Parts: sequence; C-alpha cells; structure tokens
Amino acid sequence: MTNPGNEPDTPATTTGAPPSAPDDDTWKLGEVEFSSRVILGSARYPSTQTMLDALAASGTELVTMAVRRVDLRSRDGENLYELLTDHGYQVLPNTAGCFTAQEAVLTAELAREALGTSLLKLEVIADEETLLPDPIETVTAAAALVQRGFHVLPYTNDDPVIARRLQDVGCVAVMPLAAPIGSGLGIRNPHNFELIRSLVSIPVIVDAGIGTASDITQAFELGCDAVLLNTAVAQARDPVRMARAVRHAAVAGREAFLAGRMPKRFYADPSSPMEGRIGARNAAWP
Amino acid sequence: MTGDRIQATVRVTVNGEPRELGSGTSVDDLVSPALGRGVAVARNGEVVHRSDWATTHVEPGDEVEIVRPIQGG
Repeated sequence: MTNPGNEPDTPATTTGAPPSAPDDDTWKLGEVEFSSRVILGSARYPSTQTMLDALAASGTELVTMAVRRVDLRSRDGENLYELLTDHGYQVLPNTAGCFTAQEAVLTAELAREALGTSLLKLEVIADEETLLPDPIETVTAAAALVQRGFHVLPYTNDDPVIARRLQDVGCVAVMPLAAPIGSGLGIRNPHNFELIRSLVSIPVIVDAGIGTASDITQAFELGCDAVLLNTAVAQARDPVRMARAVRHAAVAGREAFLAGRMPKRFYADPSSPMEGRIGARNAAWP
Repeated sequence: MTGDRIQATVRVTVNGEPRELGSGTSVDDLVSPALGRGVAVARNGEVVHRSDWATTHVEPGDEVEIVRPIQGG
C-alpha cells in the first residue's frame, strides 16, 4: 500500500508526516521521473500550434504517439516526433490498433527502434466498435514485452484482478480505463479504482474516458498517480483553456488525496460549537 | 536466389504493397532521408536496426514494413 489515508472505508488519518509539497511530489515510470502527473495524447487537435499550446498549458512532460506505416508516395509532411522532442517532450509510443499480442510485440519493437525509448503504452483492443482492451491478449503481450526489456504501461479494463495480473508479469504501471476511448464519460466505476489502488503497488494511471476537469480530480482523489487523456483536451471548444483546467484539476485532486479527506457522516456535525450559546427565551419577539 | 546468379529485379512487399525493386536494393535505399528522425523498419517480422540498413538487402518475397510515429492518444 503506497498511499495511506485514502483506503476504502478507512477514515482519513490526522497523524503522520505532512505530505510532500507539490514541487517535490514526483513519480516514476521505471527509472524515469516525472513532475507532471498529466500525460497527453497528440491526436485530434484543430491545428499543430493548438496542440503545442495545449501541451504547454497542461504542464505535461510525456506525450503519446502512435506508430504507422510511412506513406511512401508522400515526401512532405511535418515530422511530429521531431517537433515534440525539439520542444522538450518525452514521447510515449503506443500500440493502438493492435488486436493480438503478436501484432503488439512487433509494433512495440518498431516503436522502440524508432523512438529510442523502452517506455511503451501497450494497447491491445478486442474490436473496433468498443475499442475495449482484450485482457487476455494484453496480459500475454505484457509478459512477452517485459521479457524483451520494455517498460510496459498497459491500457486495461477497470478490472482489479487483471490489474494485479499485469503487475505480476512486471508492468511498470497499469492504465485502467475510466470509460471507453473517446467517450468522455468519466470514471464509470470509482470503486474499482479504489480496489485497483489497494491491490497494486505500481503507479495507476487513468487512461481513456476522461471528459472534463472534474473527472481528473476524482481520479487523483481515488488514489491514481497520473492521468492520460487526449480527446477531452483536443476536442474541447478551447483546447488550450481545457489543458490549463486539466493541470489545475490534477493538482487539486492530488493535493486533496495527500491531504486526506474527512470521513463521511450520515448526519450533520456542527462546525461551530454548541456550547456557550446565549439564552433568548425571554427576549422580546417579534 | 540460387547460386551466384544475379536477378535483375526482386518482387517484395513494402508496407502492404507489391514492389519490384532492383536486385541489391538495401533497406537504406527504401527509406527516404526526407522522413527525418523516428523511422523504423521491419523485414519479415523482425526489426532491422538502423545500423544494419545499408548492409541489409531485400530478397524475393520479403515483407518490409517502414513506420514512423504519428499523432496518437
């Protein structure tokens, strides 16, 4: 258990060491340390400049990219990878679009060769309608990739048992979905996130389904270590402003988690003391 | 290929499309320098490391994949 004070059904503690200040509240993926707890996708922005402005506003340090065949007929086109690395971002390649462990492993090997990083967002989906992860192929691929030296971040269902399996095969983090990719529905099963948080010790990253800032705050309050989102920012009416909201929401949720929330009560509990109230029985009224 | 006979062309598949290439074509020849950083190549399901591009020649029936990172979530 790495995160005291927010276990299910456990009242927040009022003792213990004070939480880290936000500035040194870093986290790690394998050997790589990050200050920002926001990971952003690079797709579906209205323009490249809007993407760059949104990335900057979010404070992210890590940006996801897909790997696809080069268009052999086209000789033009900007190199988004060069653009992102030139702006100081680390790139997290994904295996989006893979349906089998075999496809995912080759895509991962190509991604490592292309980008020179062992970090990998493993994504093995079951079908094109739901884009839901195929848990069996995902665990199989994760085990194979760990053997090959990858630092695997698997996109997975919000299933605590699968999350534990993914930790067991050596993943550096688990990335349960809040809701289906691109749905913006927010965290559909908060209790599962609490269970995942309590069952694994590696970082938990909410991936997919984030719709707006409050979803992010909730994720951190539930004990998640980071969030990964794309469409919620890229398809907002004002992506740069939403990216700024994302940054604030992450800080707010993380701070609230570290602060340790008060216990919930069924009835009211007065903030002002009841003792010492005046007697007004004999006062003139009206 | 058999013996030392040099074939004029070899039929291969590059990114899913059939191509007829001059014999002796290397992986390096297939990758345009204009693509810049971030390109990776697989030949018959195995990554060809960049340092081996110049010395890896396509052979008949090869399936070559040339990829790069693009926008993604």
